[in-house]
Amino acid sequence: MKIHEYQAKQILYKYGVRIPKGEVAETPSKAREIAERIGPNVVLKAQVHAGGRGKGGGIKLVSSAQEAEKIAQEMIGMTLFTHQTGPEGKLVKRILVEEALDITRELYVGIVVDRAKEAPVVMASSEGGVEIEKVAAETPELIFKEYVNPAAGFLGFQARNLAFKLGLGGETFKQAVKFILSLYKAFEATDASLAEINPLLITKKGNVLALDAKMNFDDNALPRHPEIKEMRDLDEEDPLEVEASKYNLNYIKLDGNVGCMVNGAGLAMATMDIIMHSGSMPANFLDVGGGVSEEAVKNAFEILVSDQDVKAALINIFGGIVRCDLVANGIVKAAKEIGLKVPMVVRLEGTNVDLGKKILKESGLAFYPAANMKEAAEKVVPLAKQQERS
Amino acid sequence: MSILIDEKTRVVVQGITGGEGTFHTQRMQEYGTKVIAGVTPGKGGQTHLGVPVFNSVAEAVEKEGANASAIFVPAFFAADAIMEAADAGIQVIVCITEGIPTFDMIKAKQFLKGKRCSLIGPNTPGIISPGKCKIGIMPGHIHTPGTVGIISRSGTLTYEAVDQVTSLGIGQSTAVGIGGDPIVGLSFTELLKLFKEDDGTEAVILIGEIGGTAEEEAAEYINKEFQKPVVSFIAGQTAPPGRRMGHAGAIIAGGKGTAKEKMEALDKAGVHVAKSPAEIGQKVKDVLR
Repeated sequence: MKIHEYQAKQILYKYGVRIPKGEVAETPSKAREIAERIGPNVVLKAQVHAGGRGKGGGIKLVSSAQEAEKIAQEMIGMTLFTHQTGPEGKLVKRILVEEALDITRELYVGIVVDRAKEAPVVMASSEGGVEIEKVAAETPELIFKEYVNPAAGFLGFQARNLAFKLGLGGETFKQAVKFILSLYKAFEATDASLAEINPLLITKKGNVLALDAKMNFDDNALPRHPEIKEMRDLDEEDPLEVEASKYNLNYIKLDGNVGCMVNGAGLAMATMDIIMHSGSMPANFLDVGGGVSEEAVKNAFEILVSDQDVKAALINIFGGIVRCDLVANGIVKAAKEIGLKVPMVVRLEGTNVDLGKKILKESGLAFYPAANMKEAAEKVVPLAKQQERS
Repeated sequence: MSILIDEKTRVVVQGITGGEGTFHTQRMQEYGTKVIAGVTPGKGGQTHLGVPVFNSVAEAVEKEGANASAIFVPAFFAADAIMEAADAGIQVIVCITEGIPTFDMIKAKQFLKGKRCSLIGPNTPGIISPGKCKIGIMPGHIHTPGTVGIISRSGTLTYEAVDQVTSLGIGQSTAVGIGGDPIVGLSFTELLKLFKEDDGTEAVILIGEIGGTAEEEAAEYINKEFQKPVVSFIAGQTAPPGRRMGHAGAIIAGGKGTAKEKMEALDKAGVHVAKSPAEIGQKVKDVLR
């Protein structure tokens, strides 16, 4: 799960990570009021789940409370476009009003879980303020890493190693060590999957602060962090994806025109792939779960046909423990209730497959049956193209 | 022949009295798996599905000689169950549970270091040596004994591959789901090592997906040390970056972990890479000729 910058900063502050003074505003007058308190020089930062805000006009420096109100007026309600928002952009609903600080250096600190090493890794770089992927690709020697021993935790000497390698000294060094240790504490305590401070700021006075902050969390651990779960912003997500998540369906909207409904994540990805190999692109990823219940089929069906981009659909179910006749009944029931709005190719395989096929055939509904994945994909692609033209 | 489990394997089911535990224990018993005990803390002394229930795995090992375990406990208790099994001396631990927090698994894997046990999963359909033993939730009847080993990060996609080879008359030695999470027990490479030593395995199907570098590591190992033919399919060629595709581990992060990279690495290592999932069975048939 992703959260906004201002939320990440609230969490980090609790764990002792130093952040600039600031507050979030949802109206221009609130922005003015905050600026009056912490200004006059403040930075207005659009709060959306996307990077690259500065270039897109989502970060503005102002020098008075009046100006803060005026610029906030323009920013709140605007649609922000960055390389991470997609062509539809993101609506700015609130801005973070923060004290403007003088900058001498911009550094980078980030923590992720290294899958191959099976441990968290704390990374630091002197190249702050640019995308870390870019630094990793072009100048990997400028990224310093410390792997965390899961039994011992992230240790003081490791934080010192990183701060030394960043070339820090004196009071700034001490602050940086505390900063990195606090950041790790927050990462572990909240079951984060990413905690990234880019840039980490060194002020003229030598203070160390988080100028930006990004945190993502392990979805599997969210039930034990209700306070973080509450920070989810549904407006940042695709409405169909939000709807699907209510029914515990794994759904991701994509760009193609062939909808698919599959049981199991691996088979669902493979189905998307075979649609591509047959000449079209998938409109979505939709996993109804390996066990596929009748209710899951119905909910999935509804989401599938409510996507206007879907011109034809492929239902691919491998009934293992679940019997195909039960799945077929679920599909027929859903189709009768919701209506077959687009041509649907159905491929059933596994336990009681013959009975399942019979149920589909006798339903009187115009399903297109397919004997295997290849045949299913080859049937659905021309159907989608035909619908697209008409 | 087979790897890790066979007709002599003695299985304890952790979480046997729960809904999932009960249902799948029955299916395993029907398949012929020797389920010899169950564990549900607090229910020790009862009998469930014809087997004794114990309060701890250690008791099941001591009294019934369990040497493998199937874990069906809820996600927040599953890492503890894995460590309990390892501590009790269980050799093959199969964790079916989905949704275990990553930090829990990091700790469990640390605990397992130096212990003589193999963890399969979590978030796996399990492991089956057809005709001998099934520990997991896969449909037993689609499998048939034979000489092809299968290693996969997926559930139903593995069934698809099994079904394709079975219908071409090709059986399996052992099929293992390594799990769809970012941090799992046995890796592709560790399982390839076991299949290398298994005389009953002539070829291996490796089913990967986007995310992580397990397939690249496997490719490196195959290139250096694995002589038997390998057929592979990587799911997620059309998956967008930065999105979790159902499995917690299936995500292209920072431009890394794409299907393309994995397919290229495997192809360079001499693996027969199927571009379409429909080609898996036929490719296996071709390499066995």
